[in-house]
Amino acid sequence: MSSTRSQENRRQALAGWFFVSPALLGLIIFLVVPIVLALYVSFTNWDGLSNPLGGDVKWVGLHNYQQLLTHDGLTRTTFAGALRNNFWFVLFVVPAQTALALWLAVLVNNKFLKGRSFFRTAFYFPSITSSIAITLVFLFLFQGGGAVNGILSWFGIHGPNWLADSRGVIHVWLSGVGITKPPGWTQHTVMGQSLWDWFSGPSIAMMVIIFLVIWTTSGTFMLMFLAALQNVNEDLYEAGELDGAGPWQRFRYVTLPSLRPTLLLVLTLGLIGTWQVFDQIYLTGNNPATRTPAYMSFDQSFQNNHFGVGSAIAFLLFALIMVLTLLQRRILPEEID
Amino acid sequence: MKSVRGKRIIAAAGIAAVLTTAAACGSSGPSKSSGSSAGGTGGATSGVTLQVLIGSSGDAETNAVVAAGNAWAAKTGNKVVVTPAKDLTQQLTQSLAGGTPPDIFYVDASKFQGLVKGNALADVGEKITDSTDMYPNLQKAFTQNGQYYCVPKDFSTLALEVNTDLWTKAGLTDADYPKTWDQLETVAKKLTGNGVTGLVMSDTLDRIGAFMRQAGGSVVSADGKTVTADSPQNLQALDYLQKLAKEGALKFPKQVDAGWGGEALGKGKAAMTIEGNWIVGSMSKDYPNVHYKVVPLPAGPAGNATLSFTNCWGVAQKSSHQAAAVDFIDYLTTVDQQMSFAKSFGVMPSRQAAKAQFTQQFPDQAAFVTGADNAFGPVGFPGFDAVQKDFDSKIQGLADGSSDPKSMLSSLQKNATDALSNN
Repeated sequence: MSSTRSQENRRQALAGWFFVSPALLGLIIFLVVPIVLALYVSFTNWDGLSNPLGGDVKWVGLHNYQQLLTHDGLTRTTFAGALRNNFWFVLFVVPAQTALALWLAVLVNNKFLKGRSFFRTAFYFPSITSSIAITLVFLFLFQGGGAVNGILSWFGIHGPNWLADSRGVIHVWLSGVGITKPPGWTQHTVMGQSLWDWFSGPSIAMMVIIFLVIWTTSGTFMLMFLAALQNVNEDLYEAGELDGAGPWQRFRYVTLPSLRPTLLLVLTLGLIGTWQVFDQIYLTGNNPATRTPAYMSFDQSFQNNHFGVGSAIAFLLFALIMVLTLLQRRILPEEID
Repeated sequence: MKSVRGKRIIAAAGIAAVLTTAAACGSSGPSKSSGSSAGGTGGATSGVTLQVLIGSSGDAETNAVVAAGNAWAAKTGNKVVVTPAKDLTQQLTQSLAGGTPPDIFYVDASKFQGLVKGNALADVGEKITDSTDMYPNLQKAFTQNGQYYCVPKDFSTLALEVNTDLWTKAGLTDADYPKTWDQLETVAKKLTGNGVTGLVMSDTLDRIGAFMRQAGGSVVSADGKTVTADSPQNLQALDYLQKLAKEGALKFPKQVDAGWGGEALGKGKAAMTIEGNWIVGSMSKDYPNVHYKVVPLPAGPAGNATLSFTNCWGVAQKSSHQAAAVDFIDYLTTVDQQMSFAKSFGVMPSRQAAKAQFTQQFPDQAAFVTGADNAFGPVGFPGFDAVQKDFDSKIQGLADGSSDPKSMLSSLQKNATDALSNN
């Protein structure tokens, strides 16, 4: 009796493995093998011109990681600059896109809004348009003599040459209040860059991309918020109203707590996505003022044939995203105990 | 509750992992070990299909190469498939890594050493008829460890292009074409004003390097073993350019909303620019009504100098049709074929035997040809690309003084030395 049952179990297990094998095979070939291979490459000097597992490839240990983190040279300076750019990018984009998406969702969730489906489509539209196409349009708009500066000139404002301007906005602001020379204590260097440079803020060129990304991604996140909003129990609003809660209080004490899981999802996805920004950067060219680690990884690998360094950047970026995501989850737990 | 959260963390981390690696690693799939011998197929050169990967400048070039391929194919009974690359470096690298490279591909002089080091190039330079007829400095660009790997396809040199309408409007004559740095400064200042900048030039070492050479400087020594960026000659060149930039007589394309010098010249935003032969084709295509003249670059303190850019016809080490490939390249590099390429897309023949014919047919481009005698190739050791990009990014700062020539050169020296020692 028991032996037939265990046989039956084994047969079922076997059938189970058989049915998932196509998906599993896909995962192994397209995910597990490339990831393991990329990890291996990050410890070699592979130049991309031969078989990465062949005889010409030399194991260099931690050399690539040292070039990025400890060796005082161009690679580390570039990497530090890329991290700096991306850090400011994330700091500006994530809160702004989350807030904008939430605001838009609340707006289009209003039952008394006329033409609701028009606005929903309009706000979602940037998200489904090709990022390459949208970025190209932005490149035209933000040229030195482009439409944006044309409009600014109506108000007597002489706009900067946006995408060619590498000044950090915090530096610009500081020079506006009279601080043009870096104070002495900011001369201390971290990873080949002075603290003054780390705290430059995003460059004006990066601000254009920040604006672009906030605008394009908020539509997607709006959709998530919208779905969540429609699941909020109407009774809660009624109960709140009976207790005398005004519109703001209902939003603060009913809507926001109900949206907490979605808010966390949006923040997490936003954090992960913004640390990997690539296509918009790729189109603005190899500009140190907008370069990010993801772009640098591509540039090192495919343009300079330093696949080892490129892969090492990818894994450092992975570690960074992982740590930040865990940290975020720790600070903002999904449920309140 | 705890375990659910744990699972979610793992899921989030999983998403992160997938996305990161997707962003970073392109193709690195396993490749089958190649069993093809390096020697090629020997004599049998018919019934073969040659894959040719080119970094084309546009339809004119692609069509010309396709036509040449068809002509050769019909003559020999082979087949030629020409693929214009969107990004030659990336596509070539991917196919080499995959173990099935195209048989023939363009090799830029600045990428040549890396390909030799990676064992990707077959040594076929001397198998081409009269391969020593090519200009000596071009041959040198494709010679490594005493071996002449591949024959130069064609070449371009830098010269000064002048908008003749703006020139006469400023009261200048043919006698005023600048011969020295001082004269260049004088005319550039004279031409500047009313929305026109005297000289607009791309902010890259591939232009500024010409001024360094004219001052007697260089980035690496002639044998390519020492970095010589931090020299008083180079400083003199940068100081000179900074002076022009501060006077407003020199601007970089982005400052005048142009992508490159040719666009600035065509749109009438620049009275002069410094570009190579490729400007001829795009001016006649995009700005046919702009009158301009090509004159040699002015001489610096150390005399005349310009930069040359060249590609060669590389044959893959792993190609199994090397004999056919050599035969095809032989056909492509005859004087007749090179002249027909010159007519189609404006490059200069790499054969000295074609020099007289070219000057005769294209008298307007004589300045590019004269440049060949004192032209220097680009710096080509692997890893220099990143160093150059870093240097290039600081050039624009010369105008407002945010970049200091001395520190630009010392960081170029440091970074280039570092990159060279990694080879």
